[in-house]
This record gives sequence, C-alpha cells and structure tokens, in this order.
Amino acid sequence: MTSETTGSAIGAGGPGPGGVDDGGPATRAEVCVVACAEAFRGDGEILAAGIGGAITVLAARLARLTFEPDLITHDGVCLLTGDVPALGEDPEVIEGWLPFRDHLWLVLQGRRHVMLGASQIDKHGNTNISCIGDWARPKSQLLGVRGAPGNTVCDPTSYWIPRHSPRVFVPRVDMVSGVGYDRAAEAGASATRFHDLRRVVTNLAVLDFGAPGGAMRLVSVHPGVTVRDVVASTGFDLALPGGGTVPETRSPTTEELRLLRETLDPASLRTREVPG
Amino acid sequence: MRDKTMSVEEIVGSLESGMTIGIGGWGSRRKPMALVRAICRSALEDLTVVSYGGADVGLLCAYGKVSHVVAPFVTLDSIPLEPHFRIARQTGAVRFTEYDEGMFMFGLLAAAHRLPFLPTRAGLGSDVMRVNPGLRTVRSPYEDGEELVAVPALTMDVALLHLNRADRRGNAQYLGPDPYLDDLYAKAAGRCYVTCERVVDTAGLLKEGPVQSLLISRSMVTGVAETPGGAHFTTCEPDYGRDEAFQRMYAGAAADPAAWAAFQERFLSGDEAAYQDAVRHAREESP
Repeated sequence: MTSETTGSAIGAGGPGPGGVDDGGPATRAEVCVVACAEAFRGDGEILAAGIGGAITVLAARLARLTFEPDLITHDGVCLLTGDVPALGEDPEVIEGWLPFRDHLWLVLQGRRHVMLGASQIDKHGNTNISCIGDWARPKSQLLGVRGAPGNTVCDPTSYWIPRHSPRVFVPRVDMVSGVGYDRAAEAGASATRFHDLRRVVTNLAVLDFGAPGGAMRLVSVHPGVTVRDVVASTGFDLALPGGGTVPETRSPTTEELRLLRETLDPASLRTREVPG
Repeated sequence: MRDKTMSVEEIVGSLESGMTIGIGGWGSRRKPMALVRAICRSALEDLTVVSYGGADVGLLCAYGKVSHVVAPFVTLDSIPLEPHFRIARQTGAVRFTEYDEGMFMFGLLAAAHRLPFLPTRAGLGSDVMRVNPGLRTVRSPYEDGEELVAVPALTMDVALLHLNRADRRGNAQYLGPDPYLDDLYAKAAGRCYVTCERVVDTAGLLKEGPVQSLLISRSMVTGVAETPGGAHFTTCEPDYGRDEAFQRMYAGAAADPAAWAAFQERFLSGDEAAYQDAVRHAREESP
C-alpha cells in the first residue's frame, strides 16, 4: 500500500496512513460500494455481473465475502472465480468458464443480476448508452446499445451512476437502450415477463422504481447529501418516500471497511471513480 | 489434400466492392487486422461490415471502405469509444444497423443454421425496434402466445477470422480464453478466410491445445494465410496481449487530421511486413 491511498473522507478523520482501516469514517466511494453491494442481497447462487470499473466489481465481491456468500463473480473477462481476488488481481482459483457466447446465453436464461451504467436515464428507468442527439446522425456516438435491451428484459437489472446530474437524469433519453417500466409495459407481456429494475445507486443517493407506474423514487441519501441536492441533480420530478423523511444510506460496517481497504482494493481505485 | 494457403493480398483480391463481410473477434480482441489493413490498401469500397465491432470497424471507417455497419457496439475495450467509428457516425458517413448483442448472436446463429430468423426477447421495448423499422416480431404458435423479436439471419458473403493456429487445409484453432463467435461467422458466410499466427501440420494442432480448441472445420474455410502479429494491436492470447500503447496512439491520432495523416504515413503506407516493422521500431523507441 502506498500513501496515495489516503482519500479524503467525509467528515472528520478518515482512513489512516496507508489506507488501513483505523475506524475512520467511510468515504463516499465506500458508501457507494456498499449501496451497490446491497443490490445483490438475497440473490443467492446467481452471477453478479458488474459492468466494469471499480465500484460495481467491488460491490459484487464485497457482497460475496459478506452477506451473499453463494454469489457467483467473474474476473471481468470470461473466468468465474473460485476465490475473491482484489481488484485488478487474477484469481488463484477458477470455478467456471463464461466466454462471451455463454454470457449472452446466460442473459437469456436469467440466473444473473446485472449492474449497468447509463449515459442518460429517465423517470421510468429507460437508459441510453448508444448515442447523444438524433440517432440518424448523432451529435455524439457512444458505445451502441450493447446488451442493454436484452439485459433489461431478461435479467434483474440495477444501475450504477457515478455522477448524478441533470445531464444524466433526463426527462427523455435520446435512444432507449435499456428498457424502463413504461416502455416494457407498452411492448407487452413478453417484455414485462422478466423485466425487473431493482435499484439505481449514484454518488449521491439510492433510488428505486417504487412510485406509481414504475416511476423513480428516492430511497435514501448518502451521508453528507441532502434531499435538495438530489432533487436539484435530477432532471425530472422525483418521487420521495412516503412519510416525508428520507433515510440515510447505511454506512459500511467496520468489517466491510476492512475488507475494502485491506483485501479488495488496497490501491483505492474506488476513489478514482468517486472522489471525496 | 487441398492446400488452401494464400497471401492476404490474394484473399483481399478475391473480395468485391459492395460485399457484406463478417469480421470475427470481439471489440479489440483477436481481430483479423492484417486482412483489415490489406482491405484499407485495396480499391474495395461500399462494404457492409457485420461485427462485434472494434478496431476493425474503426480502421475501415477511417479509410472510407464501409458504407454500412451492422453491430451491437463498436469499442476498443480499454478505450471504451472507437474514435474513427464515432467520426463516421457523427458525419453521417455510414449507415448503421444497431442490434442488441444477444440479438446479433441470434442473427449469426440463424445464418449459420440456414434459418430465416430466430426469436428472442432481446430488443423488445427498446429503440432498436424504432431505428430498425424492418425488424418484425413473431407470435409463438404454442399456448404461451408470446410475441418475440424475429431476428433476421445475418447472412454474409465472406467471413474474415484470425485464429492462433491453422493447418494448410483450413482447420483452425483458438488457444486463448474465448472463441468469441468465430465459428458462427465461418458457418454464416458463403466463404470464410482464416489468418493465423502460425500454420502447423494437421498432426501438430493437438500439440498446441486440446481437441476442444479446434474451433473451425476445414469444410467452412476457403483460404488460410499465416500472418504473425496479424491481430495486432488487438489481443491474440496466448501469443500476445493487446498493444495498449499502440492502441492509444491509434485512438489519439483520430482527434486531429494531421496526426492521423502522420499515423497513416508511419504505419499504414506500406504492406503488412512494413507495418510489422514500423510497429517494432515504435516499440524499440518507447519501450
């Protein structure tokens, strides 16, 4: 471990020198990892598929090492890992093989919970990773729809959005890549049969689609974030939880912090994705 | 025994403008780049490219060889967005048929098995249906009555693949961790050409890897060319990984026409041997 790993923490204190957990409060990145890990709670023996980057991969691995031990995790390429390596490290034990073709088949089969990214997301969970502007001649060509259409109508799907802003949380996405509740309903029974958007985790909050008609609802705000921050960063009307009070996203436990800081991400790649 | 070995120039010389060409690999992984580079040097134009797209699609777009891209994505993996493809899309230089990646696989499966379409849930409710107005749905004739997307067969004139080993008859072997969908391209195409890192005797194939690594049968293959480094700068494990430094140079040069012209002059102005020499020199200059 190097001294570079001392990320700035929210509030007083923080991780001690070298990033070793000395009981200092969790950073925002750590809160986000745990909030993403919570998306996998109860999933059992299915593949936890992160879309890549630090936070979602750490989330799946942390869930497996703590409250969801039967979860299946992969190395980011095509190996199912028998152990739970640190971010960027190769597994020592391999328990399965999942080349792209089998991964595409597994999407159809459904024993998989995926945490996707989105360049745009709307009130009903339609998401866009394809292009910005008119599809016929986009202002900005992005990835293409990739697997988002099939993932969202076949598998439990959650989203990780590292920068919660009105540019991402938009009234209407430019190209529906991932299918939201309204569009699935319009498309009919085959589209809704396995459609199941679970939660959206951002750098500010946790949201779900529990409002009437499958509309987005604020579930909790991360420590240090206000409801007003979240509302101001969302480009559509956001439903608030019943009762008027918005809970705070749970903080990582001491054991979760230790696993993140010492075992899973000693180089603190998580703070590159979510600074501060 | 038929000897199917050819040069990359002979393979590319057998192609025609306006053809639909499937390209194996995935993103920036095990792409038949020596053949792609040879197409860039040729007079071919107006190609339709069917691909889990990466540097292949990008480079062909940069050379104006493509009029139509059929793909679920175009990415360089470690660099998420392929800059030359972006330019082609943003300037309206190419037509784009954009499918979900599972739909795309079913299109390949259908073509490989001589079926007109295969049904899938993938695509329902998404704008893939809006931007591909020719896509149809099909209703299950059974009790469930489900209405599913009928993905049309992704038929193609020619498939181009790069594998680790092949024999002179066209049996081809992958030694890396993932076969991608290469066998489906071989079966979906009217003709399939394979480049490989090394041509070995048929008896030598199983010295290289297990029987399960024999992915492509000679009955699917029209021609074979040995092109060491033929997937460069994409991955070709275990022979070599991705040349990340080179890929960064390739992607960075797209940002500026002068930089791209210099990149072309330095690396792509000669034949494949000249390319491989230039790559070696570049590596020696900045280890």
